[in-house]
Amino acid sequence: MVATTEVVYQRPESFTDLHTHYCPGCTHGVAHRLIAEVVDEMGLREKTIGVAPVGCSVFAYRYFNMDFVEAAHGRAPAMATGIKRVLPENTVFTYQGDGDLASIGMAEIMHAAARGENITVIFINNAIYGMTGGQMAPTTLPGMKTTSSPLGRDVEMAGYPIRMAEILATLDGAGYVVRRSLHNPANIRKSKKAIRLAFEAQERGLGFSMVELLSSCPTNWKITPQEALEFVAEEMVPVFPLGDYKVSPTLEGLKV
Amino acid sequence: MAKELLKGNHAFAEAAVRAGVEAFYGYPITPSTEFLEYMSRRLPELGRAFVQAESEVSAINMVYGAACTGKRVMTASSSPGVSLMMEGISYIAGTEVPAVVVNVMRGGPGLGNIAPSQGDYYQMVKGGGHGDYFPIVLAPASVQEAVDYISLAFDLAEKYRSIVHVIVDGNMGQMMEPAELPPMREIPKEAPEWAVSGAKGRDANILTSIYIEPEDEEVTNLRLLKRWKEIEKNEVIFDEYEIDDAELLVIGFGTAGRVASSAVREAREEGIKAGLLRPITLAPFPQDRLIELTKQVKRILVVEMNSGMMLDDIMKIVQGKVPIEFYGRMGGVTPLPDEILDEIRRVAANQDPGADDPRDEWIVRMDKMLTGEK
Repeated sequence: MVATTEVVYQRPESFTDLHTHYCPGCTHGVAHRLIAEVVDEMGLREKTIGVAPVGCSVFAYRYFNMDFVEAAHGRAPAMATGIKRVLPENTVFTYQGDGDLASIGMAEIMHAAARGENITVIFINNAIYGMTGGQMAPTTLPGMKTTSSPLGRDVEMAGYPIRMAEILATLDGAGYVVRRSLHNPANIRKSKKAIRLAFEAQERGLGFSMVELLSSCPTNWKITPQEALEFVAEEMVPVFPLGDYKVSPTLEGLKV
Repeated sequence: MAKELLKGNHAFAEAAVRAGVEAFYGYPITPSTEFLEYMSRRLPELGRAFVQAESEVSAINMVYGAACTGKRVMTASSSPGVSLMMEGISYIAGTEVPAVVVNVMRGGPGLGNIAPSQGDYYQMVKGGGHGDYFPIVLAPASVQEAVDYISLAFDLAEKYRSIVHVIVDGNMGQMMEPAELPPMREIPKEAPEWAVSGAKGRDANILTSIYIEPEDEEVTNLRLLKRWKEIEKNEVIFDEYEIDDAELLVIGFGTAGRVASSAVREAREEGIKAGLLRPITLAPFPQDRLIELTKQVKRILVVEMNSGMMLDDIMKIVQGKVPIEFYGRMGGVTPLPDEILDEIRRVAANQDPGADDPRDEWIVRMDKMLTGEK
């Protein structure tokens, strides 16, 4: 009798063999994996160019087996614009955190979306600056303690969290803008589907696409990985509601 | 091809087009705006990329992105805009990708004004952005020269995977003069092997300026320095006028050098043995030629449209072997040939040059001139 094997799960071709440097319980690894799976499934690896940010995922380019560039802090959408405009047939995506995208890179992300740049943005929102050691982010929740809001974010002094998906969805150049979360398997599956649709939007020339992913940072939140996932579900989701904020009609009904 | 009457900024832009520039990303700023306007019409009609960015910060980072694909890419701006671009310029230098930046300089610091200046000498020549790197800096003095050297700028950028600055001032961006444009060059179809283009049939290409291990960064710094030494050896360009028997050497670049050449011509008519050295590459500086000339000339007069920035470099090279004097106009004021001629006469007649810092002596004369004191 000949034994047959069916591969049900394997390392994506779009991944390198390296172990990541991310902390235990961090959801960057999950987000990376979803992107790699989507790029594999769509057969885009050989034409994809990634743009890494400054932040914890500054070394993202080490983990993806594809061409990659490393941007200055916040400038990934500008760099992606520069690339996509001269290589319109390639697939170009940025991977950015909340400090990168919603603080120092606010102008770049807004105008890339407004111009309808045909790029995909994966936005990791974990409400904190991870790499510099846990400072307040533009998405830090009111009352949330960080190393630069040690008594908790005081909205009188430091203002309110920014909801990027909602803001970007108002721009006519955006073709697909949604928010998902990585706090449990069901939401991870939904996140993957959203990433797929974002890349589908780019392949169809529908303009700017972004998937905001609510993510955990147990190290800088100073709680356990399990508690961090609960924090995402219980504290972040109410402030950053999950949902589709802009979906081009062309994508509606697309089975992925 | 025949000469045409061309506005500086338009001619520079068309020169870049003919040199094969495939993308222009910029932001409007006087006195360089016509460069961007010209590109906004010209590049789309050729099927090439043009984006008016939301800021100079964004524009240079778009340039950075396109530079990583190996395509010919550039931006043009003016002093305050170039200050904003310094972040991206440093990253471009650190990633070792080629790009060309044209700076049509204006009066500063701060908002300053929109009049022609050479006050960005330090910013452009000494690096400007953070970290250890060495930009190539070309300083043409006419529309024709700028047309020629913009083509060269792309070749140098690619040869050395370096940032190349072409610096002119508002005079040259705004004025019209006859110039001959080069023929259209063919755009290479193949991307360089280091470029990002999609990892098809090869290992992934990674382009980054991060070297997290200090030892690795040091190796990179050393590589950049050694490459710079090659550039110093191979790429020095300068122009000379009436230099063979010159005893009084005038040194100026760009517009100041061009105005000085008129003054030298008039001085010759008066029997003063003046000659002009006009550096075209400010970096690498024509150091060897200047050292040679110090053995020939008796006096040096440096003329600039700034507070004596190139003067510092010249003093370092001359090392006191020849007395140096300085004449500068600042703030967006362009010197007239007669002013420089007066300076040449004064320097030629002064038989007993003091040992004071040439800048200190000049400040006293400037004060007198500006207050109308005799």
